[in-house]
Parts: sequence; structure tokens; C-alpha cells
Amino acid sequence: MSASTDVPKESFRLSQLIYDTRYRSITIQVIALVLLIGALWWLINNTVQNLETLGKDFDFGFLTQPAGYDINQRLIEYTSQSTHGRAAIVGILNTMLVAILGCALATVLGVIAGVLRLSKNWLVNNLMAVYVEGFRNVPLLLWIILIFAVMTESMPRPSDFRGDEPEATMFLGDSVAVTNRGVYIPRIGFENSIGPAGATWREESTAAIEAGEEEPAEPPSSLVDWLIVLGVLGASIYGARWNTRRANAAQEATGERPTTWHVNLALIVLPTLAVMIALGATVAQPYLRGFNFAEGIHLRNSLIALWLALSLYTGAFIAEIVRAGILAVSKGQTEAANALGLRPGRTMSLVILPQALRVIIPPLISQYLNLTKNSSLAIAVGYMDVRSTLGGITINQTGKELEGMLLLGLFYLVLSLAISALMNVYNNSVKLKER
Amino acid sequence: MKKSVFLGALTIAGLAAGAGSAATLDDVTARGTLNCGVTTGLVGFAAPNANGEWQGFDVGVCRAVAAAVLGDPTAVEFVPTTGQTRFTALASGEIDMLARNTTWTFSRDVDLKFEFTGINYYDGQGFMVPRELGVSSAKDLDGATVCIQTGTTTELNLADFFRTNNMAYEPVPIETNAEAQQQYLAGACDVYTTDASGLAATRATFETPADHVILPEIVSKEPLGPLVRHGDNEWGDVVRWTLNALIAAEELGVTSANVEELAAGTNNPEINRMLGTEGELGAMLGLDADWAKRAIMAGGNYGELFETHIGENTPIGLARGLNAQWTEGGLLYAPPFR
Repeated sequence: MSASTDVPKESFRLSQLIYDTRYRSITIQVIALVLLIGALWWLINNTVQNLETLGKDFDFGFLTQPAGYDINQRLIEYTSQSTHGRAAIVGILNTMLVAILGCALATVLGVIAGVLRLSKNWLVNNLMAVYVEGFRNVPLLLWIILIFAVMTESMPRPSDFRGDEPEATMFLGDSVAVTNRGVYIPRIGFENSIGPAGATWREESTAAIEAGEEEPAEPPSSLVDWLIVLGVLGASIYGARWNTRRANAAQEATGERPTTWHVNLALIVLPTLAVMIALGATVAQPYLRGFNFAEGIHLRNSLIALWLALSLYTGAFIAEIVRAGILAVSKGQTEAANALGLRPGRTMSLVILPQALRVIIPPLISQYLNLTKNSSLAIAVGYMDVRSTLGGITINQTGKELEGMLLLGLFYLVLSLAISALMNVYNNSVKLKER
Repeated sequence: MKKSVFLGALTIAGLAAGAGSAATLDDVTARGTLNCGVTTGLVGFAAPNANGEWQGFDVGVCRAVAAAVLGDPTAVEFVPTTGQTRFTALASGEIDMLARNTTWTFSRDVDLKFEFTGINYYDGQGFMVPRELGVSSAKDLDGATVCIQTGTTTELNLADFFRTNNMAYEPVPIETNAEAQQQYLAGACDVYTTDASGLAATRATFETPADHVILPEIVSKEPLGPLVRHGDNEWGDVVRWTLNALIAAEELGVTSANVEELAAGTNNPEINRMLGTEGELGAMLGLDADWAKRAIMAGGNYGELFETHIGENTPIGLARGLNAQWTEGGLLYAPPFR
């Protein structure tokens, strides 16, 4: 007995595109796609036509032309004779510098404030609440300008440090100068610096000593020097972690944990110290010369204002994320850890935080992205980030608004995606392992 | 866990949306107001007074054009622009003309596609320092911190000046003149550099102007003038000849006081042609015969504008110098009205 009947073969009718659910979704998607392409086409066509009316071409050749302007904060070599492209790279590095510094400080501030906000101490708890609400609810731009204004208006001028009875003095044994042009801190130079700058310095200082001059210039430092030092430091930390793992294994096997801290400390400090001494590390302190302080590292007001404001502002948001993450771990976990005899500090670091991280990381990524993009407010205090160089002066001098803005957009897009990708790798390492 | 990747669509939002309509003169007449780009505030050149009305030497040019085209010197919408925003504002059509001490350079004229309609102030870049620094020459400024408005020609001249003299400096980039003033007075920079006229105007607003010196070196040529978009020659002509009318009026002795009387007819044919009692010059511009008369009445001729806003009897106290008529040893030389 056959119950099945053959479905009559229907011929396709046009109305099915709307009334037949099998086809309807395709119809809607096709229409949406056509509209989207139409809108894009209109935008591009409009732009092309307007450029034509203005008599402008679309051309990235300006990037190879000499820029002609100077940039105060440059992490790579740059003069006013360098190209607009190089000016853009200087700006990009400045953006990345403030973004990295900002993310690091915001995380530290955020975690501390987030944990302290859960404190049972009334004063601490409320102080943190004031911090969080104060910074979260006032626009970032105001904080940037406020910190900048405080730095420029109320700090002493470099000339105030002059004279027998100066109005202002340097801090930390004459090594840090806080002025209204920024903070000057000591830098580390290497007498045996690798690279051309080091060789030149050695020749000059030998000549200076032979000539009997008292104070030869301070030695330079090159990227290679720092890569060597950081490489050794990284290897040492890896060594220390290996030592810790060995101690863990010993603890599991025997129940006795060998003391690790002195070995770890020696493993981390000694090789780094040795390589620093081998390179001939010396500290170059800032000193007053002419109009300004010379030597040392100059942290400009613009950098400090932007960095602090971004960190404090984003830190307030991170504090709330951290608090939420910790509250998301059920109270039973704490009680269980306490029952096992873990002290409160160990409970937090071994039980609560690892679980809280799973909740914390994803929104943290978006805070990092916000901070990075907010760094384009640098223009308010004249910090020379990529928005100020490529998106500001270069556009103004060359008239290539469209090209400049497209490049700028592309850069922020790539940077944000890179940060997300990095943070996603970290997220994968801390998230719940499903088996 | 499933991963999905969303690719967001990049949208280039309405770029150059209102750009470049050809007939600016028609647009201005239809709108009934002139959109004129000025500085964000430089006393003497363009700044709002106590009643909030824009006043100054550059503002005078805007008002003269508005008077010539619309018959009403107050029918001007002033749009404050910074060194960075001015060109975009003009290119996009947000403003009809820019009168904002802007230097006439080759690349701005040719590459940025603007049309300079003349020069209303012959200027040069100077340096201002506090007197207590004891600096007497710009050559002593090695290692100094310099406040500089970004997006200007002065920024480029500054780089060239210090490079060719083998000196180092620390630039402090700044958006507007007001900000520069604040930074300079706070001592965040040793030197403020901009056009010498701008320095004089800025110094005049200080509490104790005598504590600041403008160094003798003028390191560049800065011919400042109004500009319009390239490609709309009719509108360019209107602005150019309004400015020329102001300059010629001073040369010919036509002032806001006697223009009414002279417009009745004189025995000087050039005055007659300019003021519309002879010939068809107004109609050739697409305006009526009284255009130049109204422009002169708006704020006076070039000399009157100069004396009222930036001349020696004002706090700014600029001498005519290069900006005197050619008959008096200056560079002002309006082409004939013929």
C-alpha cells in the first residue's frame, strides 16, 4: 500500500518570489544587495564627480614629497626634509605609543579600582566610587584639556630652575624635572652602544678627553642595545618560570615546596645586569642648558595630558568591568576556597580572578579599542599623533583630504583589528576549556 | 564554539557633498547673505567686539563684498576657521570667500585649486619673545621652544629658517591664535612666531605689551589676501575688483565721507567709471552701477579700514610700511578702472 502521492510538478510563477517562503528570503537579500550596491555607487560617483568639479585628482604621490614641517616628538629619525609618508609613520608610532602606554596604565588603574570598589572598607569603597563616577561621566576631552592646562599653567618654567636660589628644584636627587613644558627624566645610555651612533660617540669622547675637556657628552643608546637587553630579560623570565614549574612538580611529588624566590630573583636580575654592564650602561640626567633642559627623556605635556586622561577615563570603565567580572563568580567559590584554608589573597588570585577573567576579557578588548581610537583627541593638546601629522598638517599642506582621510581610516581599522586579534588570542587562552 | 566573522561595510560618508557649484554670485544673491571665512579671533583683523559683532581689517573686506553684491554690509555670515579647517571650508562650499590673513603661495593657488583675488596686507613672518629673555636676534634662538600655529606657511618657514641657520628648536603645535597666546604667556614656549602683523595684534591684547619684543628679523614674504574657489571666475572678479576698488578709492581720494558727493559726478573719469556715473563697469561684473560706492561706504576705503582697525592710532599700532599706496612708496597698486 502506498500512501505517498506524487507532488504535482508546479511550474515556477513570479509571485512565488514574494509569497513562497522558499524563495522569499533570497528575494529580500537580492533586493538589499542591489540597494546597497546602488548606494555605494552613488557615493563613489558623487565623490568622483565632485573631485572633478573641484579639479582635483586622486593620487597618493604626495606621500613621497618632502613634508617641510617639523614634529616635536619622533620615535624614528625625521627632519623637515623627510617625506609626508615618513611624517605619517612618525604619527602612527606616536599614536601607538600613547595607545600602549594608555592601555597598560588603564588596566592597572582599572583592576585596582575594580577590586577596591568591592572592599568592605567604607572609605576605600566610596573613594573608588567617586573616581569611577567622576571619570566615567565627564567627557574625555575635558579631562585631557584640564590635565594639560594644569601642567602648563601651574608647573614652574625651565628658567625658574636657574640661579643660586632657584624658585623650583628637581626631584629625586636632581634627576627629574617637572616643568610647564613637560617632565624630563633620566635616560640610559650605553658606552659600548652597537651601531653608528655609538661608534661616533666613542671617537668624539676620546677626542674630548685628549683635548682635556671636562664633561664629554653622554653616550647614546640604539635600538639594537635595547633589543639585546630586553631579549636577555625575556629569556631570564622564561628561566624563572621554568624554575617555578620545577618547584610545582617537586611540591606535587613530595608535598614540600622548595623556596623559589631567591633563585627566581637571581635568574631575572643577574643576566640582565651583566649585559647592561657589558654594554657600559650609564644614566644620563637632564640638566638645564640654554632655553630648556637638555639630555634625558622629555615627556611633553601633550603626551602626559593625553596619556593620563586616556588612562584615568578608560580605567574607570575597566574598573566597572573588573567589578562585574568578580561579582559574576558565585560566592560559593570563595566559601569553598576559604573552607580549604586558602587565605583571602590566594583565594582572589587562584580561584576568583581566573574565573572572572573569562567575563572580563571580551569587554576589556572593546575598552582597549576605545582608548586607541580616543587617542585621536590628541589634536586638542597638540600631540603629534597620526591624526595631527597625516590627517592634519599633511592634508592641509597638500590638499589631499580624501586620500589622507582614507589612509587615516584604514590605519585605525588595521590597528583596531590587530588589537582585537591579539586580545582574542589571550581570551582563548583563559576561556573555559570545553572538552 | 562557533566563530563567525562579520565584515562591516565601510561607508565613506558624504564626502565633498556640497562642493563646487559654479555660480557663487547667483548663490549669494539668492541666499541674501555672504558666507565669509575669517579667523577664530585675531584682534584688529577679525574678532567679535563687545557687542558680538565681527570687526577688523579682514572683516572689512567681507563687508565691502557683501555691500557691493547684496547692498547690505551686515548681510555677512562670519564663519570662524582655523589654519587647518579654512581650506576645506572653502573647497567644500561652506564659505563663499576666505578673508583670513592667508598667504598667497604657488601651491595654494595652483595645487589646492584656489584663486587669490589680490593682496590686502603685505606681511612677513616675525618672532616675539619676552623682554626678560634678553634675546635681540632670531639667530640667538638655538634650542628655543617655539609656539606655532599648525597648517600654516609660517610652520614651513620656521622649519626652513632653523634648518638653514643650523639651529635646533622644539615646536609646540597649536590650533588657534588664542591658544598660542595662552601658551606663550604661561611660558610653555619661549617664542611665538606668526605674521608680524599678527604678532603686533596679539601683543596689543597683552596686559603689559612692553614686556614683549618683536625681533627685527622678518624671515619670509607673506602676502595676505582674500581667496575664492578656482574655476568660478565671475565670482573671483567680484571679490578681486571690490578689493581693487577699496585700494583705488584711497589713491583717488574717495572716502566714505565724500563718496556720496563724488558719486554725483566729478571731472575725474576714473572716479566716475568706478562709482558708476560713467561706463558700464558694474554691469560687466553682473552687479548694478553703485556697487563700488556701496563697498566704499561699508567701512571706508583701504586707508580708512587700515587706520580704523590696525593703524598707528589703534592699540595694534601698525605702520603702513609696505602697505602704503605706490605713490607713497608702498606696494599697493590697483589696476586701472577702465
